[in-house]
Amino acid sequence: MAEPMLKPPKVAISPLDWMRQNLFSSWYNSLLTIVVGYMVVTSVGPLFTWLFFEATFLGDEPSDCVGTGACWLFISQRLNFFIYGFYPDEFQWRVDVMFLLLAVCFVPQFIERFPGRKWFGLFGLTGLPVVGYFLIPGGNFGLEIVESSKWGGLMLTLILAYIGIIASLPIGILLALGRRSEMPIIRGICVVFIEVWRAVPLITVLFMASVMLPLFLPDGMNFEKLMRALIGITLWQSAYMAEVIRGGLQAIPRGQYEAADALGLGYWKKTGLIILPQALKMVIPGIVNTFISLFKDTTLVLIIGLFDILGTVQSTVTDPAWQNVAIEGYVFVAFCFWVFCFGISRYSQNLERKLDTGHKT
Amino acid sequence: MGNTMTDQTQATGSTGPVPSQKDDSSSAIIRVESMNKWYGDFHVLKDLNLSVRQGERIVICGPSGSGKSTFIRCINRLEEHQQGKIIVDNIELTDDIRHIDTVRREVGMVFQHFNLFPHLTVLENCCLSPIWVRKTPRKEAEEAAMEYLERVKIPDQANKFPGQLSGGQQQRVAIARALCMKPKIMLFDEPTSALDPEMIKEVLDVMIELAGSGMTMLCVTHEMGFAKTVADRVIFMDGGEIVEEAPPHEFFTNPQEPRTQKFLEQILDH
Repeated sequence: MAEPMLKPPKVAISPLDWMRQNLFSSWYNSLLTIVVGYMVVTSVGPLFTWLFFEATFLGDEPSDCVGTGACWLFISQRLNFFIYGFYPDEFQWRVDVMFLLLAVCFVPQFIERFPGRKWFGLFGLTGLPVVGYFLIPGGNFGLEIVESSKWGGLMLTLILAYIGIIASLPIGILLALGRRSEMPIIRGICVVFIEVWRAVPLITVLFMASVMLPLFLPDGMNFEKLMRALIGITLWQSAYMAEVIRGGLQAIPRGQYEAADALGLGYWKKTGLIILPQALKMVIPGIVNTFISLFKDTTLVLIIGLFDILGTVQSTVTDPAWQNVAIEGYVFVAFCFWVFCFGISRYSQNLERKLDTGHKT
Repeated sequence: MGNTMTDQTQATGSTGPVPSQKDDSSSAIIRVESMNKWYGDFHVLKDLNLSVRQGERIVICGPSGSGKSTFIRCINRLEEHQQGKIIVDNIELTDDIRHIDTVRREVGMVFQHFNLFPHLTVLENCCLSPIWVRKTPRKEAEEAAMEYLERVKIPDQANKFPGQLSGGQQQRVAIARALCMKPKIMLFDEPTSALDPEMIKEVLDVMIELAGSGMTMLCVTHEMGFAKTVADRVIFMDGGEIVEEAPPHEFFTNPQEPRTQKFLEQILDH
């Protein structure tokens, strides 16, 4: 842990020896190396040419794109739409404030020695949604109301994923605990909830939320489409989360429960102090996996008419003013998703290392 | 001496009259009266009677599967009994969760597999329950914990995680953790069975020291040397029954029951 550790001595190997050992150790390895090498050279070269060397970065008009490479003007010209959707220009500072807060809360999480980074993270999980709740829709503190139908782009993707993630974790924990409860009614409710939601595709949930639900609700009681989608995503996600966490709960040895019991800790203290910290730590990879897949699944809101980042790009690539920019658009979307998902993944690895107390069960 | 003899006769005549025990059990800190336990159809504990005075040190031994661990686990309700009474420190163990929690606060337990909390440091392991159950201020709890860690001779490991300690050290931490709750009774469930031979002594030394301090102890163990040194009474269990109960000297030199004799032959001869 805190003690300095010496790394095992490095054995010096010349590049030639390394190649002989790793790339050309036998005739079929040599063949494989040559084939793969050929494929890399023939594909990576043109890719970079298209992405950077022949690409157009500067200009204002679609007609400025003359090279054979990518037309990044399409992205830079429509970036505002891709990030904010139809959010009015004059209020976009509110979204920017949220982006900034998001960065302030989570960038320190990657810096090991950042002072008080725990508090930044905690604020990100609790305070940030509250700030966002007042700032983005407006309506309070003299802020103009911006209807949720105008939200879109990356901002909408992040709202859906962020709320889905931080709301589904606690609900999932409660469901997992409930499913292992000794009280039959609670257990029954949790089992039914989990099995119903988990057996339904997200698309169906979103359809139900946007099309069917209003039919069942009494007149006048109708809340926004985005809110309905959010609730649907959260409940659907928490069913998955519950099962991941249940896996962790079941992996905790019985002795841990008994030791906590013997010390006189009641159910909630035992669960909160002993069982959950260990169970959650154990299933970090599973939790993060679920988060990442949720992040990407948010693109499905397109089918109920919400324009997330993929939706905004997709609706723009058909713009007749721009010719053949679909690839650029999708590459941009893929890159955005990759940045966030890779970030989540790196952070979880970071967390796993930090929480490793050298215990093997 | 005469007193123990009557105890013994009662235990051997398994359905012996309970009332005669009342006199000396009024001062008893643990009273078990005709207690029965079943796992499904399997009758694990059969009509057990036991009365333990404050400060008494009792060793329970017997072949594996004789129900001795189950028995002491009933005393802090890690296992439920179906019939009879268990009264610990004047509180009867029933389904009432408040009674169970009160009893558990006064009864410390040490397990075969230590069961330390691997995500907490040694010091946090020790302070957890005093802080959350006894509501001791953190600083005070930590100071007390350090005292107990010194008593079990590992204060220097306080900030390590259990996974970084040897088995013997972990078991000593487990003892310290239980002591931090300042219990009136300590239960030991085969505390040395999972240890490498060279670590058994360091744990037994701590237990002997504890016995010397007047702690009421119930100890399930196969360490007959320990039983000879510290026990006031040795209880031999087999097939879910208390077969024999005697002071150690008598128990080892002059066992009355054939089953006890056979058991002692087996463990002392190897």
